[in-house]
Amino acid sequence: MSSTERKIKVLIAKPGLNGHDRGAKVVARALRDAGMEVIYTGLRQTPEQIVETAIQEDVDVIGLSILSGAHMTLLPRVTQLLKEKGIDDVLVIAGGIIPTEDVPKLKEAGIAEVFGPGTPLKTIIEFIRRNVKRKR
Amino acid sequence: MVIVVFKDELIEELRKKMEKWEKECVQEELRRHPERQKEFKTLSGIPVKRVYTPLDVQHLDYFKDLGLPGEYPFTRGIHTTMYRGRFWTMRQFAGYGTAEQTNQRFKYLLKEGETGLSMAFDFPTIIGLDSDHPMAVNEIGICGVAVDTLADMEIIFDGIPLDKVTTSMTINAPTPVLLSMYIAVGEKQGVPMHKLGGTVQNDALKEFIAQKSYVFPPEPAVKLVTDVIEFCVKNVPKWNPISISGYHIREAGATAVQELAFTIADGIAYVESMLERGMNVDEFAHRLSFFFASHNDFFEEIAKFRAARRMWAKIMKERFGARKPRSMWLRFHTQTSGVALTAQQPENNIIRVTIQALAAVLGGTQSLHTNSMDEAWALPSEKAVRIALRTQQIIAHESGVANVVDPLAGSYYVEWLTDKMEEEAMKYIDKIDNMGGMIEAVKKGFPQREIAESSYRFQKEVEEKKRIIVGVNEYIDEEEKLEIPLLRVDPEVVRVQLARLKRVKESRDNERVKRLLGELKRAAERNENVMPYVLNAVRAYATLGEIMGVLKEVYGEYQELIIF
Repeated sequence: MSSTERKIKVLIAKPGLNGHDRGAKVVARALRDAGMEVIYTGLRQTPEQIVETAIQEDVDVIGLSILSGAHMTLLPRVTQLLKEKGIDDVLVIAGGIIPTEDVPKLKEAGIAEVFGPGTPLKTIIEFIRRNVKRKR
Repeated sequence: MVIVVFKDELIEELRKKMEKWEKECVQEELRRHPERQKEFKTLSGIPVKRVYTPLDVQHLDYFKDLGLPGEYPFTRGIHTTMYRGRFWTMRQFAGYGTAEQTNQRFKYLLKEGETGLSMAFDFPTIIGLDSDHPMAVNEIGICGVAVDTLADMEIIFDGIPLDKVTTSMTINAPTPVLLSMYIAVGEKQGVPMHKLGGTVQNDALKEFIAQKSYVFPPEPAVKLVTDVIEFCVKNVPKWNPISISGYHIREAGATAVQELAFTIADGIAYVESMLERGMNVDEFAHRLSFFFASHNDFFEEIAKFRAARRMWAKIMKERFGARKPRSMWLRFHTQTSGVALTAQQPENNIIRVTIQALAAVLGGTQSLHTNSMDEAWALPSEKAVRIALRTQQIIAHESGVANVVDPLAGSYYVEWLTDKMEEEAMKYIDKIDNMGGMIEAVKKGFPQREIAESSYRFQKEVEEKKRIIVGVNEYIDEEEKLEIPLLRVDPEVVRVQLARLKRVKESRDNERVKRLLGELKRAAERNENVMPYVLNAVRAYATLGEIMGVLKEVYGEYQELIIF
């Protein structure tokens, strides 16, 4: 990446009420170390707040971290809100404790990829670089 | 008189022999067979040597540093006969879905031979929201049971006599409310509060550090913790009013040393808060209990538990002037490490849990929760829970490790590592003291930052294969198909819970609720102990959210520091 190119801008967000932020913080730090610009929302975010922040900060990627088991309601809500606002060029990915059998349904709902426990950080970094929709 | 374990002559002779051995044998061996790694470290990053000998523990003073079981400084255990008298309490954390389902699960666990109950609450309950709060609705009953009012607790403990079981409740900010509900259920069963036994977690400081289910800012949070301790010491004498928890600190990515240091530092902060309230240390210290994680590094965990006991005993005696031996006891519950479970090849977790559980037992735990193999995916299935409980029963009845008290004492390595854990943890505690104590350290984000550093470093070591995790970064099964049944929470739970809450709100005496909430508010404003007022409100079926709402009005809410 040359210095004139803009950095990929990522919002790491914690939807729902669970406080398990170890994964979110490790990923946030890894993306920053990989040269991306990272914003972390902090905890207890509603899908509405997350989408609002994503718009205000004009991010290219939203990374949703969830370990509470509420992923089937909260994650599709984020992509639905983006759609409602006519945003189709933001890459949405997720990570956390998400059973494999839920992954196809989440992908149908517009979550580009789900990274489970044990995923190497470089897999996430490469995925973002390959799939980011906006050309900076 | 100093009672050293090893005589000077032996030490001198050994020193000479070691030098020779290093020069001749080791160097020769290394030339022919290099070691697997340049450097060996514990899971916490403490470098460990090839071999430990009396040279490493020559400073040990047997009576001062170890003593006999049941004697100061309790390094060898708080009880004289330990598990020869009674095994540790086998306590599996449970609770999900509706109150009715949790009641059934508890009855099942009691039938299977479990000796104490442990309650998991859902996230809305944990942060003090009623099920009908807009933020709650997606998470009702998912990670534990939903409790909105006394009516839910009455169902959960239906047919379970509270004078016959002990119950551990994993609840923090809303502890005054949940404890009051338990007391009220006891009253309805005819069991007065002085007969109730159990534990509430009630550890606000670790919420800011690690678990992040805080509600109030640090000062009022610690004030409420202190209210509960004071109330229990005076009225519920068999209850453990706090479980000072390293578990979540560890799970958030801390090392064993950080877990030990931050937990003890939290304990110091609570003792200071109780002393400020005018209580004598020997009036309450015996009711404080602890909670630690047990991770994979077998000896490091055992050393951590032993060091924790010795550190707490010394701190209570020397720093706080405790006189009664029981005030110096560090009693603790252990849970095997959740983050050590792998989603890949989940059956392997049974073996990990066995190693961790064995470390907890050899470390002298008072009670133990063993994780189920499928918990990196979801709440555990019944079969997985049974295997986890059987793991403890096999250790207890078949392995023989419970027949001798503190059997690893005297191991050069274990004693050296016990000292090392204490030494490193005390450095942190000194640093925190210099910041003005844990409340100040938390406000500055100090422990939060240290943990974020450790967890990132660990993850990088895994990525670089400096640490091998079987099935994750080595011995990977590309063809793996998950074949364990996962427990799912029935969406019907939401309907049942919301309907019950609505019914309670309609059928209770709303005027009385309003009056009692007003009394609670005034008590909080006067800085009184809120417990009696919360108990009155709970008896009148005030909801968790209503009571917490009143306390938030008075105390405010915490805003998180963003650190990564």
